[in-house]
Amino acid sequence: MTPLLFLGIAAAGGVGASARLFLDGFVRTRLGGAFPYGTTIINVSGSLLLGLVTGLAMNLLLMPEWSLVLGVGLLGGYTTFSTASFETVRLAQAHRYLAALVNGVGMLAASVLAAALGLWAGLALG
Amino acid sequence: MHLNWRYLGLVFLGGTVGTALREVLGLVLPPIDLAGVHLPLTTLGINLFGALLLGLLLEALVRLGHDAGGRRTARLLLGTGLLGGFTTYSALATDSALLLHGGAIGLAIAYALGTVLLGGLATWLGIVLGAALHRRGESSRGENG
Repeated sequence: MTPLLFLGIAAAGGVGASARLFLDGFVRTRLGGAFPYGTTIINVSGSLLLGLVTGLAMNLLLMPEWSLVLGVGLLGGYTTFSTASFETVRLAQAHRYLAALVNGVGMLAASVLAAALGLWAGLALG
Repeated sequence: MHLNWRYLGLVFLGGTVGTALREVLGLVLPPIDLAGVHLPLTTLGINLFGALLLGLLLEALVRLGHDAGGRRTARLLLGTGLLGGFTTYSALATDSALLLHGGAIGLAIAYALGTVLLGGLATWLGIVLGAALHRRGESSRGENG
C-alpha cells in the first residue's frame, strides 16, 4: 500500500465520521433524542453502501484502491459500532429493554439485510 | 450543534486517526481464512476493544461534569471521532452478509449476534471501569486535599 493511499483511506474515514456527526445532529433535531434513530439510520445506510461497494469490487467494476477508500475509509468511519453499543447499554440501564433490544438486535438484522441487498445489487450489475 | 465547524473539525481529526489505526490493525492482522471461510476476527477485536473504551470514556466524562468545554472537546475528538471511526458497523454487516452469501449461515449468525452481545458486555465493563476510575480519582483528591 502506498503512503498516499493510506492517507486517503484515513482522511476518508475522517470525512465519514464528520458526516456521521452532522447527520446524527440533524436527525436529533427532527426526531428528538428519546431513541437513537440517528445511529440506526447511519449504520443501516452505511451497510447498504458497503455491500454495494463490495459487490461492485467483486465484479471488478470498482478499482481496488477506490473500494478501500470508500469501504474501509469513508463507510468504515461513517458507521460506528461503539456508539451503537453504548446507546443500547444506556437504554437497558434506563430499563427500556424493548428499545435496547430493537437498537441492538433490530439494527443488526436491518444492517445485515441492507448489506446483503447492496451486495446483491453490486453483483447483479456485472 | 451539527453545523458547528469546530466540532466537525474535531470529529474529522479523531475519525482520521481512528480509521488509520483500524487500517494498520487490518494490515498487520489480516482476516483468517479457515477452510475457505473468511473469519473477520480483527474487526471483532477492534469493535469489542473500541466499545469498552467508549464506555469508559463517556462514563468518566459524564461523572466529571456536564458536557461543555474540555469535556465536550474530549467527547467529540476521542469518542465520536477516534473511537467512532476506529470501530465499524458496515464491515460487521457486510462480512456477515458475505458469510450468508457463502452458505456459512450458522457462522454468520454467530459472528453477528456474538459481536453485538459481547459488544454490549464490553461497553458495560467499560462503564463500570470508568465509574471506578472516577471514584479512585475522587478519593485520592480527597486524601491529598
